[in-house]
Amino acid sequence: MTDISPPKGRGALAKREARLAWGLLFPTIAIVSLVVIVPLLAIFWISVKPVKLGDLRPAEMRLRVSLREAGAQPQIEYRVINPSRDHAIHGAGFDNTLPKGVTLTGDLPKGCALSGQDLRCEFGDLAPAFNERYRIDAQVTGDAKAANRAVRDSVSVARGQVDNMLTNATFTLENFRKLFDGSEFWSVLGVTLFYTIFGTLGALLVGLFAALLLNKDFRGQGILRGLYLFPYVAPVIAVAFTWITLFDPFSGSANALLIQMGVSQGAINFFGQKPLALIMVTVFEIWRYFPLSFLFILARMQSIDSDMYEAADMDGASPFQKFWYLSMPQLLGILSVLFLLRFIWTFNKFDDIFLLTGGNAGTRTLTVDVYEQAFAISNIGAGAAVAVVVFGCLLIFAALFFRTMSREEGL
Amino acid sequence: MKFLYKGYLTGPIIGALWAVVMAVTLGVAISFATGEAARPALWGALILGVVTGLVHVWRANRWLSLGVAVVVALGVSAIGLGALQFGAGFAPGSRVALSIVLAGIVAIPLNTILKDLPFGATNRHEFEAAVIRFLTGFGYLFFTAIVIIPFYVMVMTSMKSQQQLMLNPLDFSLDLSKGWHLFDSYYELMTKFHFGRYLWTSFYVSVLTVALTLLFSVPGAYAVARLRFSGRKVFSRGILLIYMVPMIVLALPIYIAYSMVGLRNSVFGIVMIYPVTTIPVALYMLQGYFRGLPVEVEEAGLMDGLSRLKVIWKITLPLALPALASVGLYVFMIAWNEFLLAFMLLDDPSKFTLTRGIASLNSSEIPRQHLMAGAVIATVPIMALFLGLERFMTRGLTAGAVKG
Repeated sequence: MTDISPPKGRGALAKREARLAWGLLFPTIAIVSLVVIVPLLAIFWISVKPVKLGDLRPAEMRLRVSLREAGAQPQIEYRVINPSRDHAIHGAGFDNTLPKGVTLTGDLPKGCALSGQDLRCEFGDLAPAFNERYRIDAQVTGDAKAANRAVRDSVSVARGQVDNMLTNATFTLENFRKLFDGSEFWSVLGVTLFYTIFGTLGALLVGLFAALLLNKDFRGQGILRGLYLFPYVAPVIAVAFTWITLFDPFSGSANALLIQMGVSQGAINFFGQKPLALIMVTVFEIWRYFPLSFLFILARMQSIDSDMYEAADMDGASPFQKFWYLSMPQLLGILSVLFLLRFIWTFNKFDDIFLLTGGNAGTRTLTVDVYEQAFAISNIGAGAAVAVVVFGCLLIFAALFFRTMSREEGL
Repeated sequence: MKFLYKGYLTGPIIGALWAVVMAVTLGVAISFATGEAARPALWGALILGVVTGLVHVWRANRWLSLGVAVVVALGVSAIGLGALQFGAGFAPGSRVALSIVLAGIVAIPLNTILKDLPFGATNRHEFEAAVIRFLTGFGYLFFTAIVIIPFYVMVMTSMKSQQQLMLNPLDFSLDLSKGWHLFDSYYELMTKFHFGRYLWTSFYVSVLTVALTLLFSVPGAYAVARLRFSGRKVFSRGILLIYMVPMIVLALPIYIAYSMVGLRNSVFGIVMIYPVTTIPVALYMLQGYFRGLPVEVEEAGLMDGLSRLKVIWKITLPLALPALASVGLYVFMIAWNEFLLAFMLLDDPSKFTLTRGIASLNSSEIPRQHLMAGAVIATVPIMALFLGLERFMTRGLTAGAVKG
């Protein structure tokens, strides 16, 4: 009797399917890794390098050629400049082709050689901020003005290289040391946590309230639902500037209203005072993102079986009891998923605070700090160090998120 | 809470709360409509609400409670305790009229809110139903106000000069007699600030982003949703993880790379980067939708001799058209509203997208009016699209993340 057993290993079909799957995924993987994974690695690399914003454009040797009439003796002046204050230029030199009618007669500086009309100079290394004029006696035949112009426009090629700060082998932990030094980082972290926690919770609660309001059929429900999504759909730049206008201390309606109502005596600078600005950006966050929570919660509510509520009605449950004992357990899954997702996104949020306060008045969060360090203080390395910290936090949240997700949604 | 289960307690309390809400609402509305002071006063509103609520639970007669509310409203304002304290700009006639209006909007909704609430002991159901009706009314008002006011301010400010704005910030009315000159800012933006060009740039960048995103994410999402291969789960989570990477973290190295390659200040560079930020979202949403499609149809196609790719093209995609529409719409919205990358990567005014163009209006030399007009120009197209296709949009936003 032959031994009959199920086939072992993967069959040809399974292999073909897997091949097709990878084939379909390849373009996505390729482009996403190019634009996401590579920059992420780059961030880690940059964070341990002393890179400034100015280092992105490597310094080049500058050369100016001019014809001078020093007394009776015409001279050609070669002005050689290293514009960088920090970095030497290696292998610096230039080639210059003199125009017709101009010949060099004087002594050539060290490292220069003349062959016919072509002057070639090699200076070796130029120190930082090197600035030197080389004058060589010359003989000019013909119109002096034309010769002047011809010399200025003569073809010259400057050579030289600067160490590229991004790719050289200088490493430093200075960026991280500075970051964790001093109290600034911890206050930034505190602001971030306040903004994230209250922004997320607020948006969730307000969204839940809105969802409860709209979870019934009535005429105009669709219109109201659309209306309540406006803050989320509108461009952030438009609504942020609207809020700034609305809460302007001088021409803002909110201040005028509060003064009229007798709530406040003078104008309040909503986005410019220390604790208030942070509260305001958090309120803005809640205002802008409650539609998202409300939409998700409403979608979940509408998928809850109505039989359950009918049964509860038969048993005499009151409206609050129905909400608390029937709806809430059903909503808990989506609420926790939303909380974590929103938490992560709020933590990542940059545009809103950047547009509202620019990170001033005690509203600087970690993401705004990345921008501030890299572009306002022009220290790319320090910005990257903050970005690494942000990414580290994200990994922790993501781990939490996936654990919750697999419990709640079975993903 | 049990001690509140009495009609003669619940009624006045809810009445008082409602009256305060109404007094504030009417006060704010009058202030905005006329630019004059109409200050809601706590005590007047409380008296009005308590009395109206009490009368209503005592004798559930709408005319009676309305009448009492009007009398009380006029009475308290006669002794200077009115729920609305009017500024000097109001004639006695309009004061009386507005007090009657206030009494009306307090008493008439209270008829509904306090419906079926007995004067004596109530049961839990009646009490909670009344509270819920109060909260519902308050909620509709609250949400409508917080959404409409900022958007109205945006439109209004774009039609007012700086002087008018400074003169009385409270005045929300528009001087309609100016006719077309209300839109001067828009005209100037279009002619002098090249907003027509920015609109066009934003439009085609967004369309290209949608096209590229769908092109990449449809095959990927199908593979993750339908095909079996090792590493599927890791991949599925990897997408989500990438979805969560903060843009600013990526923007920094992208800025550096673009500076060195010379892609900064080019629309091409923007079109290259936008789809990558949206592909993970689109992939995630689409795979959720593909999972929900009946697998039998595709298997039937396979049995009849179609290849996998043909199945995707001829069966899955036509079935998934609504999902493609909603994902496309969502991606369009993201690309249209994108600010950070455009802000960092574009410096040349001839290549601005709309959001970048608006950011360039934010300077002290350019009037606030122009800035707001720019905001309106950016908001109107996306709103129109959204309202027209709201059903798709809603589905697109919730797709993938909500199951069951």
